[in-house]
Amino acid sequence: MNSVTASINAARRSQGVWFTGLAITIGLWFVLYQQLLPLAQWMVAQMPIAPGSHLASSVEFFFFDTPKVLMLLTLVVFAMGVVRTFFSPERTRALLAGKREGLGNIAAAHLGVVTPFCSCSAVPLFVGFVSAGVPLGVTFSFLIAAPMINEIALGLLFALVGWKVALTYLGFGLTIAIVSGWVIGRLHLEHWLEPWVLKVRAGTVEIEDAHLSWIDRFEAGWDAVKEIVGKVWYWIIAGIAAGALIHGYVPAELLSGIMGADSWWSVPAAVVLGIPMYSNAAGIIPVIEALLGKGAALGTVLAFMMSVIALSLPEMIILRKVLSIKLIAVFVGVVGAGILAVGFLFNALFS
Amino acid sequence: MKNIKVLGPGCKRCQATEGMVRAAANALGLEVTVEKITDYAEIAEYGIAATPGIVIDGKVVHAGGLPKEDDLRRWLQA
Repeated sequence: MNSVTASINAARRSQGVWFTGLAITIGLWFVLYQQLLPLAQWMVAQMPIAPGSHLASSVEFFFFDTPKVLMLLTLVVFAMGVVRTFFSPERTRALLAGKREGLGNIAAAHLGVVTPFCSCSAVPLFVGFVSAGVPLGVTFSFLIAAPMINEIALGLLFALVGWKVALTYLGFGLTIAIVSGWVIGRLHLEHWLEPWVLKVRAGTVEIEDAHLSWIDRFEAGWDAVKEIVGKVWYWIIAGIAAGALIHGYVPAELLSGIMGADSWWSVPAAVVLGIPMYSNAAGIIPVIEALLGKGAALGTVLAFMMSVIALSLPEMIILRKVLSIKLIAVFVGVVGAGILAVGFLFNALFS
Repeated sequence: MKNIKVLGPGCKRCQATEGMVRAAANALGLEVTVEKITDYAEIAEYGIAATPGIVIDGKVVHAGGLPKEDDLRRWLQA
């Protein structure tokens, strides 16, 4: 028994084993992925459901999307887990400290996409950035981009809806983060921070550089898969179930009437509706896929998605510890306005 | 005797980190004191931007995410 464990541990430390194993796994992944649609159709055919009915269409969507989204999610999370080992909040802060506004906002928004970040760390991160001399507006660019441009959402959009939508989401998300942060910086709202924040003098910290090998990075990717997929799978199932219902039962005329490009009020309605809704980014994508399939306008759907992900009530409650209510209102107002603009622009461009 | 501080507002990972620190110290047979720092201002003064963080005898050795067990043992023995 011990020798088996020992040899497994030895294999885990071998770069060759990791690379070969990964190559085989990814090969199998693609083979399996190709078979998902026929498999789902076959499963529906085995059931006592009338072919071509609403129910058949819903059930097939569910059977096809569940393994598809979970497989995609695993791949995306693994890749991002590996990428993120190259970044850390401390390193990002060092890059941003003393940066001028403008260029700093642009850098912060991009770093916000790749730097590991969880909302429970939002306060230490905020205080850590501001006290180390990162300008307030630049900090906000980071803080807006980090949740809004969710790499999981990006990966799933790319695979499920197409690269055009994914790239536009990325481009507009970055733009909103950059412009919102810049606007907040221009407003000079430092005195709207909670007073203790400005008193903190952060020590400089030199954490020894963990010399990460490729094996460590792969293991970090695998840890991310275990943690994130383990945490969000039920959000995804719920999202796919909602998507399946929309796909099978909601008539296209109804949706395109409500969420189509012709109804101007649909964009603000989508943003307002999205604020109290808090879903994991991964769970919202299957809903997006189904809504778009039914003729909902792209701008409206993107506005809804960004609002759900970027303006979340729990995060605002956490941020209340460092920001005054007034500053939170400015934050929501500026980001909300940005999302509105994206929604309208999109509906105008793509309809 | 080493003094160890676990920095974090009390999220799940911070608690897990504290448990790991205690377990590793026990396994090595080291006598340590473990303190939890939950005050945001105090956490920031250590200069970290992600929690949980670990401070051993006043020196920050880790910030952000769960530590690795191998590293933890190495820091405790240093």
